[in-house]
Amino acid sequence: MPYTIKVNGAAHTVDVDGDTALLWILRDVLGMTGTKFGCGVAQCGACTVFMDGRPLRSCSIPVSALDKAEITTIEAVTGREAGAVQKAWIAHEVPQCGYCQSGQVMSAIALLKEIKNPSDRDIDLAMNGNICRCGTYIRIRAAIHDAARALSGRT
Amino acid sequence: MRTSYLCLTLLAIGIGLTGATSTWNEATSQVPQTPAANQLRPAASFAGISDQRSRSIALFEEAGKVLQSPRCVNCHPATDRPRQTDGRRLHIPLVVRGAEGHGAPGMMCNTCHHANNFDPAGVPGSEDWHLAPASMTWEGRSLAQICEQLKDRARNGNRDIATILDHVVTDSKVIWSWSPGPGRTPAPGTNAQFGELLRGWAEAGAQCPTR
Repeated sequence: MPYTIKVNGAAHTVDVDGDTALLWILRDVLGMTGTKFGCGVAQCGACTVFMDGRPLRSCSIPVSALDKAEITTIEAVTGREAGAVQKAWIAHEVPQCGYCQSGQVMSAIALLKEIKNPSDRDIDLAMNGNICRCGTYIRIRAAIHDAARALSGRT
Repeated sequence: MRTSYLCLTLLAIGIGLTGATSTWNEATSQVPQTPAANQLRPAASFAGISDQRSRSIALFEEAGKVLQSPRCVNCHPATDRPRQTDGRRLHIPLVVRGAEGHGAPGMMCNTCHHANNFDPAGVPGSEDWHLAPASMTWEGRSLAQICEQLKDRARNGNRDIATILDHVVTDSKVIWSWSPGPGRTPAPGTNAQFGELLRGWAEAGAQCPTR
């Protein structure tokens, strides 16, 4: 049946089963392939997007539950935190294979929106649900610290 | 020789795949208990216990089958980390209680859990999914200890007995325990039976077991 969902500021009407996960609508219906499929069972974080500004595993929610939620994906995420994370990610050359990185970036932005100067523990707790098979965790943590410093003008 | 080597290789691959499958199954589903082991005695069946205190305790001990089931204990943990599955292993990925029981910034309960179970992803859900406060720890506690803290307004969210009786039959997370989704054994009996047992317990004086 048709559902109208709001993604990256635009309304999209999609004709799918009600139990279709948001992830598959983004990737297969809307062609927004920046959001990755990793596990499909909310274990890896590769599919992280924002729902009303908060991080969400897009594999874990059906389209029927979205209602009027505003979804933001890696293709359209903006703002001070997003800019700082992007610069820090480039400076630290964080990605290796890159597959998990859109999810990592979304979670990092979400963390910095809530905690301006996160400790290592804050980072670990926020990011441990984002798995990186290349093991770039040390660079991710360093990049988040750098982004936090940049956001607070401490660079 | 070549055939033997091939057989061994296939056997090794088979063992590897079997091992991987077992691990995955352990993570995603547990063998449900048999129905007989997952029943509750109806509250009315305790009417024959003439001593009121003994009846109250017996009713609570029956209700305790629910209170100590994985569906309840997993989110009333002894630490800041919830547990999962019928095997009560620590939640994967690592999550913590956080300031108000809803997780840590950036990794909240509602990052994955929503208003309903989402079976395609194996993710359980109900309204306002979150951990019980530390004051309501049940994991590792005896029924006597659980009973005392259930009645203690300093530890039970300042609820009187009437509020508790209402809570156990109206709270979405409590009710979820009887429809937890595939791979999770429901709490014993029914929610209505659970409510009747606790009502009977309260009406008989809300007595607690001694051990």
